[in-house]
Amino acid sequence: MLHDGQEPRSPPASTGRLSRRRFLQIGAVAAAGSTAAAALAACGESQIVAVEKIVTQTEIKEIPVEKVVTQTVVKEVPVERVVEKIVTVEKLIPPTQQSVTVYSGRSESLVAPVLAQFGEISGVDVRIKYAGTPALAATLLEEGSNSPADLFYAQDPGGLGAVEPLFAPLPQDILERSPAWGRHADGLWTGVTGRARTVVYNNRKFTEADLPDDMFGFHDPAWRGRIGWAPTNGSFQAMVTGMRAVWGEDRASEWLQGIKANQPIEFPKNTPQVAAAAAGEIDVGFVNHYYLHRFMSEQGESFNARNYHVRGGGPGALIMVSGAGVLASAANPEPAQALIRFLLSDVGQSYFVSNTFEYPMAPGVKTHPGVTPLDSINRPDIAPSQLTDLKGTQALLRQLEILP
Amino acid sequence: MASIPSVERLSGSFTARRSPPVGLTLLALAVTALLLLPVIYLGIRSFDSGTEAWQLLMRPRIAAVIGRSLLLVVSVTVVATALAVPIAWLLTRTDLPGRRVWTVVMVLPLVIPSFVYALVAGTALGPRGLLQQGLEAVFGVPELPSIYGFPGALLALALLTYPYVLLPTMAALRRLDPALEEVSRCLGRGALRTFATVTLPALRPAIAAGALLAALYTLSDFGAVSLLRYETFTAAIFVQYQSAFDRAAAAALSLVLVAAAIAIVALEARSRGRSRYHALGPGPRREFRPIPLKRWRWPAVAGLGLVAFATTGGPAAVLVYWLLRGLAAGEALLELAQPLANSVWVSLVAAAILLVVAIPIGVLLVRYPSPIARLVERGSYVGFALPGITVAIAFIFFGINLARPIYQTLVLLLAAYVVLFLPTTLGAVRAGLLQVDPRTEEAARTLGKSPRQVLWRVTIPAVRGSLAAGAAMAFLLVMKELPAALLLGPIGFRTLATVTWAAADEAFFAQAASSSLLLILVASLPLALILARRGPIGILRAAA
Repeated sequence: MLHDGQEPRSPPASTGRLSRRRFLQIGAVAAAGSTAAAALAACGESQIVAVEKIVTQTEIKEIPVEKVVTQTVVKEVPVERVVEKIVTVEKLIPPTQQSVTVYSGRSESLVAPVLAQFGEISGVDVRIKYAGTPALAATLLEEGSNSPADLFYAQDPGGLGAVEPLFAPLPQDILERSPAWGRHADGLWTGVTGRARTVVYNNRKFTEADLPDDMFGFHDPAWRGRIGWAPTNGSFQAMVTGMRAVWGEDRASEWLQGIKANQPIEFPKNTPQVAAAAAGEIDVGFVNHYYLHRFMSEQGESFNARNYHVRGGGPGALIMVSGAGVLASAANPEPAQALIRFLLSDVGQSYFVSNTFEYPMAPGVKTHPGVTPLDSINRPDIAPSQLTDLKGTQALLRQLEILP
Repeated sequence: MASIPSVERLSGSFTARRSPPVGLTLLALAVTALLLLPVIYLGIRSFDSGTEAWQLLMRPRIAAVIGRSLLLVVSVTVVATALAVPIAWLLTRTDLPGRRVWTVVMVLPLVIPSFVYALVAGTALGPRGLLQQGLEAVFGVPELPSIYGFPGALLALALLTYPYVLLPTMAALRRLDPALEEVSRCLGRGALRTFATVTLPALRPAIAAGALLAALYTLSDFGAVSLLRYETFTAAIFVQYQSAFDRAAAAALSLVLVAAAIAIVALEARSRGRSRYHALGPGPRREFRPIPLKRWRWPAVAGLGLVAFATTGGPAAVLVYWLLRGLAAGEALLELAQPLANSVWVSLVAAAILLVVAIPIGVLLVRYPSPIARLVERGSYVGFALPGITVAIAFIFFGINLARPIYQTLVLLLAAYVVLFLPTTLGAVRAGLLQVDPRTEEAARTLGKSPRQVLWRVTIPAVRGSLAAGAAMAFLLVMKELPAALLLGPIGFRTLATVTWAAADEAFFAQAASSSLLLILVASLPLALILARRGPIGILRAAA
């Protein structure tokens, strides 16, 4: 059995070292970057740069030929953010050989490190099957109670909603880690991270001020042929579900028809839309917020797209979750719960903040400094249970001839 | 009673009447059962949904989508065949410099996952892609015409599927009796007319088998058409899976795809007709004398170079660019040793299994034509025409309910690969066998050899080029296969294809580039071995 916090917690050395090393690496890279920049400036123009100070000391010792030269480089590194080092790590499970089987609809490239870290500190053998969220949901439905899976980790609320009947309720202490808007009303699943629906735009052509206040502003014929969307994408459909919930069926339909009339360019998913916005092939696209940060981490500030969270609010500024639930048929429910507990711990949440640029669910964990803070997004008040009716949304999209 | 039938036998029509060995029939039935699993599953699932799924089908949008799919299938097949046949001729019959290297390069597109190719094509040739950026810098071109939609999908799929036609055609060209063409030339026909009137008809079964594969691959593809934004029927199926409730609707739509596949297969069978093409008599086998290309030599090389650039060279350059850009930005690369090992050995084992299954069934098809044989053959195309995810989910259904011990093991995955890729190997084997004169085998029998000995010592050596082609195709297809590896593989099973997909899907371009470059590189090594030695038997002989 797992302990639930009554025993004294001791930070295992391995994790502490890991996160510290990571922290140091980040620091080193930042320092190297600004030194190089300063050196460049000093070479190019004959101006005095007061960044570097070289102190040369000469000491005469008993052997007069030897010269000891000490160089001290004093420089200020602009600090962009203060990373709070987390030292409390829960030792979750006694290191007997336990295993947990995870079906992860979230990509290996995003979540493998944090799942591996759980295995490392808990001693649990974490076995993971990665595939798309819809494919894994279909797999779970086929497998039913025979499923070898203990835990389903899904990309979007629609995926979780699809397999809801297969979940067992989560313990209260897990549910308390995420806000009410980010978990199932009866505690069948919980959000692990938050992602914002946003409008990605080409920032060489536009500033935020040029963009309409709300989603209906994109009905303006000025946007004809310049909008990107991905009607087959799960997150897009969740947004439409949100529109149906907040605006009602008619107004949601009106918005979709207006956009359709503007001849949007149809994409299969989010990533190519963000790329197309940056290339100027489209002006704006309806996407999730974190893809932009992924692109910028490979291509830098010169990547010509930015996110705009519609200032008028509404379902266009929806915050959704990726989430996880433990299956009722799980052979290893306890390590599965422990895994979710870890994902929602300060350590787990910090991983997502700094690596996937998503919003933390747990209180007290800070959002990535490059990402628009949740407080400054005018988001609608929607319960997650209102976002799971994918079937109704698909029927609407099909009725409007938006989906095949 | 004894002498008259034997005369008829020598006329070559006896084969139709002999009944096949029982073992062969049993094997064929077992394989048919395996091949039909997906269809049985689709039947069960779509039955669940009642009328709702069928109402879904009765919408104008669906009719439009079917029309677009068929348009793409026909266009891709025509372009792929038009590309493949001349290339096959250049590679087998002429004194083209570096033919062995070219052969490997020309077959490589088979290993490029269509989603990678489409991603690269969009990046490079998009309205404001890399090419446009270059042109803008030099000539000030603000935007290129869009490649998205039909032109892009046609380009990508034709370039990715022409090797399906190329491989069997090359094998057939190598097996053709040189005497046929020589006689035609002696009788005064020119090289071109000889090719058109003598060579081409003899190649027809091989070309048709390859064209069929290209057509069905196009029907089943999702990666390229979705990224290049051409909405086909598979897109409609995927939308159903997206809301996992609608497995029933997805199944109903998949059954329509099965019907389309059966229609295309029947069309090919009709085009094949009753004609038989095989060498006339067991005369001494000679090599063809290479036709000198003379002044066409370098234009031919340039043409092949262009195809190679469009299929592998250009994409590889874009991938290298992504890799370097990512590395410059400090991206971490993945550890690829384990996915690499998994990819290579699963592909090798799958290719071997496919060959072992395809040879006896090929013999059954060609030597003992019967309704059962036809059923196996037609059935084998169904799995190939279905999207991988549909076949994978069918195997989940049967695995979890009927075969728990092998569920999520490599056994089930390999069984799924037989269903997904059998026609590639079988088509090549059949095309090869059609060119072997049954009287050669008959002669071996009269000399006291058992049927098994005849198979090993006469038939298989005679078709080893075709076997190599079939095995090579299976190897490459398994190497890039995605949905079955993801859903049916053992927990934690990673291949180069799954790793590439995971990275590309989340815009980790540098990582996706490193694994797909490795995929292309690694695929070309065994390909070089198989093709250069003219078959696995050649390799065994060289080793002995």
